[in-house]
Amino acid sequence: MLGAELEETPGYSQRKLMGQARVPVKGPSGEVSGAEPAEGTAGQLAAKQVNAQQRTATVVSIELLGRAAAGDHGAFGEIYSLHKRRIYSLCLRMVGNPAEAEDLTQEAFLQLHRKIATFRGESAFSTWLHRLTINVVLMRLRKKGLQLISLDEAMEPTTEERPGRSFGADDLSLTGAIDRMALQRAIDDLPAGYRLIFMLHDIEGYEHNEIADMLNCSIGNSKSQLHKARLKLREALRVHSREEGQR
Amino acid sequence: MSEQPKSMTCAEFQAQLPEFIGSGASAAGHPHLKECALCRELLENLETIAQAARQLFPEVEPPDELWEQIELAIKKDEGGEG
Repeated sequence: MLGAELEETPGYSQRKLMGQARVPVKGPSGEVSGAEPAEGTAGQLAAKQVNAQQRTATVVSIELLGRAAAGDHGAFGEIYSLHKRRIYSLCLRMVGNPAEAEDLTQEAFLQLHRKIATFRGESAFSTWLHRLTINVVLMRLRKKGLQLISLDEAMEPTTEERPGRSFGADDLSLTGAIDRMALQRAIDDLPAGYRLIFMLHDIEGYEHNEIADMLNCSIGNSKSQLHKARLKLREALRVHSREEGQR
Repeated sequence: MSEQPKSMTCAEFQAQLPEFIGSGASAAGHPHLKECALCRELLENLETIAQAARQLFPEVEPPDELWEQIELAIKKDEGGEG
Protein backbone atom coordinates (compact mmCIF):
# COMPACT_ATOMS: atom_id res chain seq x y z
CA MET A 1 0.00 0.00 0.00
CA LEU A 2 0.91 3.62 -0.11
CA GLY A 3 2.06 3.61 3.45
CA ALA A 4 5.23 1.86 2.37
CA GLU A 5 8.35 3.89 2.88
CA LEU A 6 9.51 5.78 -0.19
CA GLU A 7 13.26 5.72 -0.33
CA GLU A 8 15.07 8.73 -1.64
CA THR A 9 17.06 7.59 -4.62
CA PRO A 10 18.95 9.54 -7.22
CA GLY A 11 17.10 10.00 -10.47
CA TYR A 12 18.43 7.99 -13.37
CA SER A 13 20.20 10.96 -14.90
CA GLN A 14 21.73 11.97 -11.63
CA ARG A 15 22.85 8.42 -10.93
CA LYS A 16 24.84 8.41 -14.13
CA LEU A 17 26.14 11.91 -13.60
CA MET A 18 27.76 11.03 -10.34
CA GLY A 19 31.49 10.94 -10.64
CA GLN A 20 31.52 12.30 -14.14
CA ALA A 21 33.23 15.53 -14.99
CA ARG A 22 31.52 18.19 -17.02
CA VAL A 23 33.04 18.92 -20.38
CA PRO A 24 33.40 22.34 -21.97
CA VAL A 25 30.46 23.21 -24.18
CA LYS A 26 30.54 26.14 -26.56
CA GLY A 27 27.38 28.26 -26.57
CA PRO A 28 25.73 29.98 -29.54
CA SER A 29 27.81 33.11 -29.15
CA GLY A 30 31.01 31.16 -28.75
CA GLU A 31 31.23 31.35 -24.99
CA VAL A 32 32.59 28.24 -23.31
CA SER A 33 30.96 26.90 -20.21
CA GLY A 34 30.90 23.78 -18.15
CA ALA A 35 34.64 23.17 -17.91
CA GLU A 36 35.43 21.26 -14.77
CA PRO A 37 39.01 20.85 -13.68
CA ALA A 38 38.38 18.60 -10.71
CA GLU A 39 37.12 15.30 -11.97
CA GLY A 40 33.64 14.44 -10.87
CA THR A 41 33.02 17.31 -8.50
CA ALA A 42 30.64 19.32 -10.69
CA GLY A 43 28.62 16.25 -11.60
CA GLN A 44 28.44 15.19 -7.98
CA LEU A 45 27.48 18.65 -6.81
CA ALA A 46 24.78 18.95 -9.46
CA ALA A 47 23.52 15.51 -8.53
CA LYS A 48 23.40 16.42 -4.85
CA GLN A 49 21.46 19.60 -5.61
CA VAL A 50 18.95 17.79 -7.75
CA ASN A 51 18.67 14.98 -5.24
CA ALA A 52 17.95 17.48 -2.51
CA GLN A 53 15.08 18.84 -4.58
CA GLN A 54 13.87 15.33 -5.25
CA ARG A 55 14.04 14.43 -1.60
CA THR A 56 11.76 17.33 -0.74
CA ALA A 57 9.39 16.34 -3.51
CA THR A 58 9.35 12.71 -2.40
CA VAL A 59 8.76 13.46 1.27
CA VAL A 60 5.79 15.65 0.42
CA SER A 61 4.52 13.04 -2.01
CA ILE A 62 4.23 10.33 0.64
CA GLU A 63 1.37 12.11 2.26
CA LEU A 64 -0.05 13.40 -0.99
CA LEU A 65 -0.06 10.04 -2.69
CA GLY A 66 -2.54 8.56 -0.26
CA ARG A 67 -4.91 11.47 -0.69
CA ALA A 68 -4.55 11.49 -4.47
CA ALA A 69 -5.14 7.75 -4.60
CA ALA A 70 -8.30 8.31 -2.56
CA GLY A 71 -9.58 10.69 -5.23
CA ASP A 72 -8.50 14.06 -3.84
CA HIS A 73 -8.09 16.21 -6.97
CA GLY A 74 -6.26 18.92 -5.05
CA ALA A 75 -3.67 16.40 -3.93
CA PHE A 76 -3.23 15.17 -7.47
CA GLY A 77 -2.74 18.76 -8.58
CA GLU A 78 0.01 19.15 -6.02
CA ILE A 79 1.71 16.02 -7.30
CA TYR A 80 1.50 17.47 -10.79
CA SER A 81 3.10 20.70 -9.61
CA LEU A 82 5.95 18.80 -7.96
CA HIS A 83 6.73 16.58 -10.94
CA LYS A 84 5.61 18.53 -14.00
CA ARG A 85 9.07 19.91 -14.82
CA ARG A 86 10.74 16.52 -14.72
CA ILE A 87 8.04 14.79 -16.70
CA TYR A 88 7.61 17.47 -19.33
CA SER A 89 11.37 17.77 -19.74
CA LEU A 90 11.69 14.00 -20.07
CA CYS A 91 9.02 13.95 -22.80
CA LEU A 92 10.65 16.87 -24.57
CA ARG A 93 14.03 15.16 -24.54
CA MET A 94 12.55 11.96 -25.86
CA VAL A 95 10.60 13.43 -28.78
CA GLY A 96 12.24 16.83 -29.31
CA ASN A 97 8.94 18.54 -30.07
CA PRO A 98 7.23 20.85 -27.52
CA ALA A 99 3.67 20.25 -28.73
CA GLU A 100 4.14 16.49 -28.69
CA ALA A 101 5.87 16.71 -25.31
CA GLU A 102 2.82 18.52 -23.90
CA ASP A 103 0.55 15.84 -25.29
CA LEU A 104 2.72 13.09 -23.83
CA THR A 105 2.91 14.85 -20.46
CA GLN A 106 -0.87 14.99 -20.42
CA GLU A 107 -1.08 11.30 -21.25
CA ALA A 108 1.51 10.44 -18.59
CA PHE A 109 -0.43 12.24 -15.86
CA LEU A 110 -3.68 10.74 -17.08
CA GLN A 111 -2.07 7.30 -16.77
CA LEU A 112 -0.74 8.28 -13.37
CA HIS A 113 -4.24 9.26 -12.27
CA ARG A 114 -5.54 5.88 -13.35
CA LYS A 115 -2.73 3.89 -11.77
CA ILE A 116 -1.69 5.87 -8.72
CA ALA A 117 -3.48 3.50 -6.34
CA THR A 118 -1.36 0.64 -7.68
CA PHE A 119 1.90 2.27 -6.59
CA ARG A 120 3.34 -0.04 -3.97
CA GLY A 121 6.30 1.97 -2.80
CA GLU A 122 8.77 -0.65 -3.97
CA SER A 123 10.76 2.09 -5.68
CA ALA A 124 10.88 5.84 -5.25
CA PHE A 125 7.73 7.46 -6.59
CA SER A 126 9.76 9.68 -8.90
CA THR A 127 11.46 6.59 -10.38
CA TRP A 128 8.13 4.86 -10.84
CA LEU A 129 6.61 7.91 -12.52
CA HIS A 130 9.70 8.28 -14.72
CA ARG A 131 9.33 4.71 -15.97
CA LEU A 132 5.59 5.13 -16.46
CA THR A 133 6.30 8.17 -18.62
CA ILE A 134 8.91 6.34 -20.67
CA ASN A 135 6.34 3.64 -21.34
CA VAL A 136 3.83 6.26 -22.48
CA VAL A 137 6.40 7.72 -24.87
CA LEU A 138 7.35 4.30 -26.22
CA MET A 139 3.72 3.39 -26.75
CA ARG A 140 3.17 6.60 -28.68
CA LEU A 141 6.22 6.00 -30.85
CA ARG A 142 5.05 2.48 -31.61
CA LYS A 143 1.57 3.76 -32.49
CA LYS A 144 3.19 6.12 -34.93
CA GLY A 145 4.66 3.09 -36.60
CA LEU A 146 8.20 3.74 -35.53
CA GLN A 147 10.37 0.68 -35.46
CA LEU A 148 12.22 1.30 -32.27
CA ILE A 149 15.14 -1.02 -32.53
CA SER A 150 15.78 -2.22 -36.03
CA LEU A 151 16.16 0.98 -37.98
CA ASP A 152 19.84 0.30 -38.43
CA GLU A 153 19.15 -2.89 -40.29
CA ALA A 154 16.95 -1.05 -42.76
CA MET A 155 19.49 1.66 -43.41
CA GLU A 156 22.52 1.52 -45.59
CA PRO A 157 25.54 1.53 -43.35
CA THR A 158 27.35 4.79 -43.58
CA THR A 159 31.08 5.00 -43.95
CA GLU A 160 31.81 5.20 -40.28
CA GLU A 161 29.62 2.20 -39.48
CA ARG A 162 31.12 -0.36 -41.79
CA PRO A 163 32.70 -3.23 -39.95
CA GLY A 164 36.42 -3.09 -39.91
CA ARG A 165 36.59 0.60 -40.68
CA SER A 166 39.03 2.14 -38.30
CA PHE A 167 39.47 5.79 -37.49
CA GLY A 168 42.53 7.59 -38.65
CA ALA A 169 44.41 10.70 -37.73
CA ASP A 170 42.16 12.93 -39.84
CA ASP A 171 39.21 12.26 -37.59
CA LEU A 172 37.85 14.94 -35.35
CA SER A 173 39.62 15.60 -32.15
CA LEU A 174 37.19 16.80 -29.49
CA THR A 175 39.77 18.00 -27.05
CA GLY A 176 38.37 21.53 -27.21
CA ALA A 177 34.87 22.82 -26.52
CA ILE A 178 32.02 21.11 -28.27
CA ASP A 179 29.68 23.45 -30.11
CA ARG A 180 26.40 23.28 -28.23
CA MET A 181 24.23 24.15 -31.21
CA ALA A 182 25.99 21.70 -33.49
CA LEU A 183 25.63 18.90 -30.97
CA GLN A 184 21.97 19.73 -30.41
CA ARG A 185 21.36 19.65 -34.17
CA ALA A 186 23.24 16.39 -34.50
CA ILE A 187 21.12 14.79 -31.79
CA ASP A 188 17.92 16.13 -33.38
CA ASP A 189 19.02 14.69 -36.72
CA LEU A 190 19.67 11.19 -35.37
CA PRO A 191 17.36 8.53 -36.77
CA ALA A 192 14.54 7.99 -34.28
CA GLY A 193 15.73 4.58 -33.11
CA TYR A 194 19.25 5.81 -32.47
CA ARG A 195 18.00 8.94 -30.75
CA LEU A 196 15.76 6.89 -28.50
CA ILE A 197 18.53 4.61 -27.26
CA PHE A 198 20.99 7.48 -26.96
CA MET A 199 18.48 9.35 -24.82
CA LEU A 200 17.57 6.37 -22.69
CA HIS A 201 21.18 5.39 -22.01
CA ASP A 202 23.29 8.52 -22.14
CA ILE A 203 20.82 11.12 -20.95
CA GLU A 204 18.29 9.24 -18.82
CA GLY A 205 20.88 6.83 -17.48
CA TYR A 206 19.17 3.51 -18.09
CA GLU A 207 21.39 0.44 -18.34
CA HIS A 208 21.44 -1.69 -21.48
CA ASN A 209 19.54 -4.51 -19.79
CA GLU A 210 16.78 -2.06 -18.80
CA ILE A 211 16.61 -0.66 -22.33
CA ALA A 212 16.51 -4.14 -23.81
CA ASP A 213 13.63 -4.91 -21.49
CA MET A 214 11.74 -1.73 -22.44
CA LEU A 215 12.25 -2.11 -26.17
CA ASN A 216 12.01 -5.87 -26.25
CA CYS A 217 15.36 -6.21 -27.96
CA SER A 218 18.65 -7.86 -27.11
CA ILE A 219 21.24 -6.20 -24.90
CA GLY A 220 23.68 -6.49 -27.79
CA ASN A 221 21.29 -4.62 -30.04
CA SER A 222 20.98 -1.82 -27.49
CA LYS A 223 24.78 -1.57 -27.20
CA SER A 224 25.23 -1.63 -30.95
CA GLN A 225 22.66 1.12 -31.58
CA LEU A 226 24.09 3.32 -28.86
CA HIS A 227 27.56 2.96 -30.32
CA LYS A 228 26.31 3.84 -33.79
CA ALA A 229 24.40 6.81 -32.42
CA ARG A 230 27.56 8.15 -30.81
CA LEU A 231 29.55 7.58 -33.99
CA LYS A 232 26.94 9.50 -35.95
CA LEU A 233 27.16 12.39 -33.52
CA ARG A 234 30.93 12.37 -33.78
CA GLU A 235 30.74 12.37 -37.55
CA ALA A 236 28.24 15.25 -37.54
CA LEU A 237 30.49 17.27 -35.26
CA ARG A 238 33.44 16.53 -37.53
CA VAL A 239 31.54 17.80 -40.55
CA HIS A 240 30.49 20.88 -38.63
CA SER A 241 34.05 21.49 -37.53
CA ARG A 242 35.30 21.26 -41.10
CA GLU A 243 32.62 23.66 -42.32
CA GLU A 244 33.49 26.10 -39.59
CA GLY A 245 37.14 25.82 -40.50
CA GLN A 246 36.43 26.72 -44.11
CA ARG A 247 34.70 29.96 -43.17
CA MET B 1 40.22 -12.28 -26.60
CA SER B 2 43.03 -10.57 -24.75
CA GLU B 3 45.63 -13.37 -24.89
CA GLN B 4 47.54 -11.52 -27.60
CA PRO B 5 46.53 -7.91 -27.15
CA LYS B 6 49.51 -6.54 -29.08
CA SER B 7 48.32 -8.21 -32.25
CA MET B 8 44.88 -6.60 -32.11
CA THR B 9 44.31 -4.12 -34.90
CA CYS B 10 42.36 -0.88 -34.57
CA ALA B 11 39.57 -2.38 -36.66
CA GLU B 12 39.34 -5.38 -34.36
CA PHE B 13 39.31 -3.19 -31.29
CA GLN B 14 36.69 -0.86 -32.75
CA ALA B 15 34.52 -3.82 -33.65
CA GLN B 16 34.44 -4.56 -29.93
CA LEU B 17 33.63 -1.00 -28.93
CA PRO B 18 29.84 -1.45 -28.69
CA GLU B 19 30.52 -3.88 -25.86
CA PHE B 20 32.59 -1.29 -24.04
CA ILE B 21 30.30 1.68 -24.55
CA GLY B 22 28.48 2.44 -21.38
CA SER B 23 30.90 0.36 -19.35
CA GLY B 24 33.84 2.73 -19.58
CA ALA B 25 35.77 1.16 -16.77
CA SER B 26 36.32 -2.06 -18.66
CA ALA B 27 37.34 -0.23 -21.84
CA ALA B 28 39.79 2.11 -20.17
CA GLY B 29 42.08 -0.71 -19.15
CA HIS B 30 42.04 -2.48 -22.49
CA PRO B 31 45.58 -3.39 -23.61
CA HIS B 32 45.01 -1.99 -27.10
CA LEU B 33 44.33 1.47 -25.69
CA LYS B 34 47.69 1.52 -23.96
CA GLU B 35 49.48 1.27 -27.27
CA CYS B 36 47.07 3.06 -29.62
CA ALA B 37 46.57 6.80 -29.29
CA LEU B 38 43.98 6.90 -32.10
CA CYS B 39 41.63 4.44 -30.47
CA ARG B 40 42.21 6.08 -27.11
CA GLU B 41 41.17 9.37 -28.64
CA LEU B 42 38.17 7.81 -30.35
CA LEU B 43 36.91 6.39 -27.07
CA GLU B 44 37.52 9.68 -25.30
CA ASN B 45 35.65 11.52 -28.06
CA LEU B 46 32.63 9.27 -27.75
CA GLU B 47 32.52 9.65 -23.99
CA THR B 48 33.03 13.41 -24.31
CA ILE B 49 30.08 13.67 -26.67
CA ALA B 50 27.88 11.77 -24.23
CA GLN B 51 28.93 14.01 -21.36
CA ALA B 52 28.41 17.17 -23.39
CA ALA B 53 24.97 15.96 -24.43
CA ARG B 54 23.95 15.60 -20.80
CA GLN B 55 24.50 19.31 -20.38
CA LEU B 56 22.21 20.16 -23.29
CA PHE B 57 18.95 19.22 -21.69
CA PRO B 58 18.09 21.39 -18.71
CA GLU B 59 14.69 20.92 -17.15
CA VAL B 60 12.06 23.32 -18.44
CA GLU B 61 8.59 24.31 -17.27
CA PRO B 62 5.61 23.11 -19.24
CA PRO B 63 3.08 25.79 -20.30
CA ASP B 64 0.72 26.87 -17.51
CA GLU B 65 -2.36 25.86 -19.48
CA LEU B 66 -1.24 22.25 -19.60
CA TRP B 67 -2.69 21.57 -16.16
CA GLU B 68 -6.11 22.75 -17.31
CA GLN B 69 -5.93 20.36 -20.24
CA ILE B 70 -4.93 17.52 -17.93
CA GLU B 71 -7.78 18.31 -15.54
CA LEU B 72 -10.21 18.23 -18.45
CA ALA B 73 -8.79 14.92 -19.66
CA ILE B 74 -9.10 13.44 -16.17
CA LYS B 75 -12.71 14.60 -15.83
CA LYS B 76 -13.51 13.17 -19.23
CA ASP B 77 -11.78 9.93 -18.26
CA GLU B 78 -13.70 9.70 -14.99
CA GLY B 79 -16.95 10.50 -16.79
CA GLY B 80 -16.26 7.71 -19.22
CA GLU B 81 -15.61 5.27 -16.41
CA GLY B 82 -18.68 6.26 -14.47
